[in-house]
Amino acid sequence: MSKKAFAAIMALVIAVSVASFAFPAFASAAETAQEAGGIGAFFVELKDGIVEAFVELKDDVYNVLIKNDNYKHITDGLLVTIEITLAALLIGLAIGFLVAIIRSTHDKTGKFKFLNSICKLYLTVFRGTPVIVQLLIIYYLWLGKAGVHENIAAIIAFGVNSGAYVAEIVRSGIMSIDNGQFEAGRSLGFNYVQTMVYIILPQALKNVLPTLANEFIVLLKETSVASFIAVKDMMKGANALVGFTYNMNIPYITVAVIYLVMVLVLQKGVSMLERRLRNSDH
Amino acid sequence: MTTDNVLIKVTGLQKSFGSLEVLKNINTEIKKGEVVVVIGPSGSGKSTFLRCLNRLEEPTGGTIELGGVDITDKKVNINKHREKMGMVFQQFNLFNNHTILKNITLAPVKLGIMKKAEAEQRAMELLKRVGLEEKANAYPSQLSGGQKQRVAIVRALAMNPEVMLFDEPTSALDPEMVGEVLDVMKELAQSGMTMIVVTHEMGFAKEVGSRVVFMDEGVIMEENAPDEFFANPKNPRLKDFLSKVLI
Repeated sequence: MSKKAFAAIMALVIAVSVASFAFPAFASAAETAQEAGGIGAFFVELKDGIVEAFVELKDDVYNVLIKNDNYKHITDGLLVTIEITLAALLIGLAIGFLVAIIRSTHDKTGKFKFLNSICKLYLTVFRGTPVIVQLLIIYYLWLGKAGVHENIAAIIAFGVNSGAYVAEIVRSGIMSIDNGQFEAGRSLGFNYVQTMVYIILPQALKNVLPTLANEFIVLLKETSVASFIAVKDMMKGANALVGFTYNMNIPYITVAVIYLVMVLVLQKGVSMLERRLRNSDH
Repeated sequence: MTTDNVLIKVTGLQKSFGSLEVLKNINTEIKKGEVVVVIGPSGSGKSTFLRCLNRLEEPTGGTIELGGVDITDKKVNINKHREKMGMVFQQFNLFNNHTILKNITLAPVKLGIMKKAEAEQRAMELLKRVGLEEKANAYPSQLSGGQKQRVAIVRALAMNPEVMLFDEPTSALDPEMVGEVLDVMKELAQSGMTMIVVTHEMGFAKEVGSRVVFMDEGVIMEENAPDEFFANPKNPRLKDFLSKVLI
């Protein structure tokens, strides 16, 4: 993503936020203007209203985020969000690669019939139900009862859920590689696993990298439902602020902007990585 | 035991895909330094025969001995034997994500046969031999078909194989590039490499082959030294085939 696009998006975010604060000023100015019967009065009122709204916004930001170090609810939550996302990502990748390799080995050679059926069942269940339902079931019916910390439960739930998607992404990548590459590897004396590791997977990974990165971004955003099992993530932090400051605008918009910035940074990183990998496609 | 001179001994080789019997009882011996050219109409089983030799296709019957070891035995480590059998494919099958040099050195280095520096030196020597040393750092997509196939030959040679298997190496090439690949193969044959070549290049068979094998319907119909093979074919199917491919 270019710098211009980034700036444009940030400007839009700021404009929308400002507009939502300025709207009451606009409405009250219009009302006054109707009563006083003059367009001049409207603009004066509007100006006063906007100035007032900004002062109010400044006060609100101070009261909601700065006072009593309230922002820590969000920043502490952010760390939990990042922790859960990264840990779930690792679990998802591990499960995903394992399942993808079992499934494509089965497709190629007919081996692993039993394991393949288990993998298929896993994919069906975890891709066929909403992640929040999985999270609630895993925590309240299983891990929570066993006394597992809610953060760990969330990591496991999101990791296992993400693994199902990663598995199919990676499998599609493996299947996209021409069988001749596989035969060339085997004919040189590589065994099945070496051929996979040195020849097939690097090419497969390159093909699916954008899709895989997208799954990572989805995962990052999806973890926001972890607050359903009392995980103190960023969303929970925002909810807490709403709870004791009675202000909804600032906490939710702050959280939205933080998510957006993280996603933009990730997208930037992925496009850089893609460009490097593309070196071999001349 | 086989005599010292015999490198590959094929006995009663069979291969079926489901109910389709592609190879029926193939028997032949390939001596060290021999260049065996396999010809035949499409669907005759010649490619399958070649692919059975290094078990890219699993034979359904018979034995293949390489240097006296039966490699169809499930207990042998086929990967070790494949190292001794270089294979060149119709579609080149270079590793697209690696440079030419890496394509050549990947297997010898990862399989622990050579150190990286040694493998690279050897690769450069071989690339020089086929006139492609300046392409060492290029990627396969930057090469022409003929260049790719020459690299594929070098990649197989880098493993120092005892025998080279060629599966229609010029069939996917533009006509003007066939010559450069055949020249490399000719040079390789003259250097004493044992080669088994499945091809439609009758000129190559005549000029370079030490023996020509005609396959049809999953069996070897006729085999002979090239002079006799082309001048005096005995099998009616071979006569028919040659009348179609030779002008």
